[in-house]
Amino acid sequence: MALIELRGVDFSYSEMETPVLKNINLTVEAGEFVSIIGGNGSGKSTLAKLLNVLLVPSAGEVIVDGMNTADEENWLKIRQKVGMVFQNPDNQLVATRVEDDVAFGPENLGIPSPEIRKRVDKALEAVGMEKFKDNPPHNLSGGQKQRVAIAGVIAMEPECIVLDEPTAMLDPQGRKEVMETIHFLNKEKGITIIHITHFMEETVGADRVIVMNQGSIHKSGLPLEIFREIDDLKKLGLDVPLVVELAHELRKKGVEIPAILSINELVDSLCS
Amino acid sequence: MLRNITIGQYMARDSIIHNMDPRIKIVITIMMITALFFIDSFSGYGLFFLSVLVIISLSRIPLLRIIKGLRPVLFLVMLTLILHVFFTRGGEVIWQWGFISIEAEGLYTGFFMVTRIVLLIIFTSLLTLTTSPLELTDGIEYLLSPLKRVGVPASELAMMMTIALRFIPTLLEEADKIMKAQMARGADFESGNIVKRARNLIPLLVPLFISAFRRADDLALAMESRCYHGGEGRTRLYELKVKGTDFAALGVALLLCMVFIYF
Amino acid sequence: MLIELKNVSHIYDDDLKGTEALKDINLRISDQEFIGLVGHTGSGKSTLVQMLNGLIKPSSGSVIIDGVNITGEKTSLLGIRRKIGLVFQYPEHQLFEETVYGDVAFGPRNLGLSEEEVELRVKEALELVGLDYEEFKDRSPFNLSGGQQRKVAIAGVLAMKPEVLILDEPSAGLDPQGRQQLISLLEYLYNNKGMTIILVSHRMEEIARLSNRVIVMSEGEIVFDDSPARVFSEVEKIRELGLDLPEITEILWRLNGKGLRVRTDIFSLAEAVEEISRELRGSSKC
Ligand SMILES: Nc1ncnc2c1ncn2[C@@H]1O[C@H](COP(=O)(O)OP(=O)(O)O)[C@@H](O)[C@H]1O
Ligand SMILES: Nc1ncnc2c1ncn2[C@@H]1O[C@H](COP(=O)(O)OP(=O)(O)O)[C@@H](O)[C@H]1O
Ligand SMILES: [Mg+2]
Ligand SMILES: [Mg+2]
Repeated sequence: MALIELRGVDFSYSEMETPVLKNINLTVEAGEFVSIIGGNGSGKSTLAKLLNVLLVPSAGEVIVDGMNTADEENWLKIRQKVGMVFQNPDNQLVATRVEDDVAFGPENLGIPSPEIRKRVDKALEAVGMEKFKDNPPHNLSGGQKQRVAIAGVIAMEPECIVLDEPTAMLDPQGRKEVMETIHFLNKEKGITIIHITHFMEETVGADRVIVMNQGSIHKSGLPLEIFREIDDLKKLGLDVPLVVELAHELRKKGVEIPAILSINELVDSLCS
Repeated sequence: MLRNITIGQYMARDSIIHNMDPRIKIVITIMMITALFFIDSFSGYGLFFLSVLVIISLSRIPLLRIIKGLRPVLFLVMLTLILHVFFTRGGEVIWQWGFISIEAEGLYTGFFMVTRIVLLIIFTSLLTLTTSPLELTDGIEYLLSPLKRVGVPASELAMMMTIALRFIPTLLEEADKIMKAQMARGADFESGNIVKRARNLIPLLVPLFISAFRRADDLALAMESRCYHGGEGRTRLYELKVKGTDFAALGVALLLCMVFIYF
Repeated sequence: MLIELKNVSHIYDDDLKGTEALKDINLRISDQEFIGLVGHTGSGKSTLVQMLNGLIKPSSGSVIIDGVNITGEKTSLLGIRRKIGLVFQYPEHQLFEETVYGDVAFGPRNLGLSEEEVELRVKEALELVGLDYEEFKDRSPFNLSGGQQRKVAIAGVLAMKPEVLILDEPSAGLDPQGRQQLISLLEYLYNNKGMTIILVSHRMEEIARLSNRVIVMSEGEIVFDDSPARVFSEVEKIRELGLDLPEITEILWRLNGKGLRVRTDIFSLAEAVEEISRELRGSSKC
């Protein structure tokens, strides 16, 4: 059974307006790393919010681990299973001390204190922030804050984390930290990752890339397949990673290069 | 410029007083302050002051820091003194000039009230100096929790306090940034009369409010996505535990209060 | 217009550790420059650019603009701020007026211009950033998309008609399309309006492609101040500072390391394609 399944989902913020999401069908298997790209306003954040019941669909259904999000009984359980990390590092930490923030989710779940202690320590270690457990969040760098936010989700022992442009407000260092962290969680802890981003380079390690356009899923496939059609992506106001574009242009010049996604692959294929 | 602001006046130290349970500290503070109002002689104040000194030395807070904490209320203290000295009548006339006179009763009451205010401030600031905002919030939440039954949202109030504490530095930093951004567009926050200055603050206050609301929106979503559903069924990472020293302190405080009340 | 910094150091008042955000900076910026200012977070970039229009006064040293020392007590900072426009990070957070027009007009009005002149400037500034004047002037800035808000905010600075435009990480948080539009705007302002531009950015591709001078900061000091080609040829040093190379440079260097003798001072995709395919034909594979 798929971990997350969307069947014919429509969503509109108000009844008068045209739907923001139209007939979305999507399944995510446990353990997958899915990247979602799409221009501003294409409905990525709305989709993300449907996955942990911050919104419920106007039509169709969202099923998480067998539970329908339409049923209010399931909400807490679903939110525990599917955690969410948002864009702005400053606006999602609640407490005045790092470890209290990480404890926030488990506290809401009513978990006994000694168990919270264990989870907090484990979660902080998983994101490499254990040294900062007594710090106030506002003194941390952007990347560190996002890692604390991720730890806060991990402490709830979720099966899936949805990250809505978690790197958009970070510097390159912070972006690297966050990307390494979520790949680590996916590979080592088996957590399913759904990662929304504007940085095409960040999608190359994904199992699958989903391209959103005007409220629909425009395309979905392996990163290699998606980035093969450069012109199509550019029409949607999106980019491809620069190496991919370079390889594409070189091919036009008659240089033989297999499909590649990274600088390493390009260099290896040119100089093998 | 506002990056390193500290909220409240908490001074982290490793002392008996710091390690006490915040609930007990709050209760003791309330008891002692109530007792303070029963004291009706300077010798009573003397005893109170002595106990304050003992607590200060136990808490390892430098005396100077406590004296500094009195500066903001200096005006209030002086005003009380002056009002009593000049307007409270009774007793021997000590000094007279035209219709202005200073009488013994006024002098006595003046100093009496001032002592009371100063002791009150010192005692409450001892609480905030030795208890972190976090512990204070927890303590208040716990002490208010019996009122939940009559509809007082104790945990929600405590949550609000925590969030305020968390966001004050962020908003101060933001205010600084917005102010500079408007100054870069030629805004002037420094000159003009009061009305003009107040009007000039609009370009600072509007964005600041909008930002605060946006943050509140974001935070509400983030909290909801982390299963926040009010205080019901919530557990805590740190559970408050009353220890032996807490009971001892409470006992001593009770004894002292009785002395003050019957002295 | 000539901007000079002489032995400028700065320590923030409330910095308990007393670290120097800027250390003995010496710098000259003259007309018609496009400067890329890079360095990892906390290296002092924002502090430096705020110093250039008097928002921060140096703890020591002097900032001299067109021969006038603005660190002196009596200089009119309004004049300086008209000439040197500063677009802050996330500038859309400073929008406050009810209409787009009102917000863009804020700067010009502070300069005491007549209402006709203000209108002219608002119009021009909005068209520069690619927003139609008639369509947008009466709308509330708060109902626009994030990208449009940022354009309005930038227009608000352009309406002051600065000679020098400083932008602090202007593309942060934009989607690819928004970034591309911003780059085109900067190119236009530099080439057609003769503005001096100082761009603070973490995106080395942008910096390498747009600027003709790159300043690299680290821990409050200027470590490089040279042409993009020379700065980005210091590969080891750049990496040591925890900075990225422009992606193209990275690729060309790696190919070079593998024995393909491509030039490494190229920053545009088209030229890189030319260079690589030419080299490959010369030697067939490496
Ligand atoms: N709270 C809201 N109320 C009304 N409309 C909204 C709201 N949030 C987003 N929208 C609209 O929904 C559309 C999709 O937005 P969003 O899901 O945020 O897209 P993305 O994350 O891809 O930029 C946009 O047109 C946006 O204006
Ligand atoms: N308002 C401020 N108050 C105190 N310290 C500051 C303030 N702004 C920046 N700093 C400190 O000054 C140094 C340089 O910061 P900044 O100029 O913002 O660097 P950058 O823009 O390169 O990230 C950093 O150590 C930072 O913590
Ligand atoms: Mg979004
Ligand atoms: Mg900066």
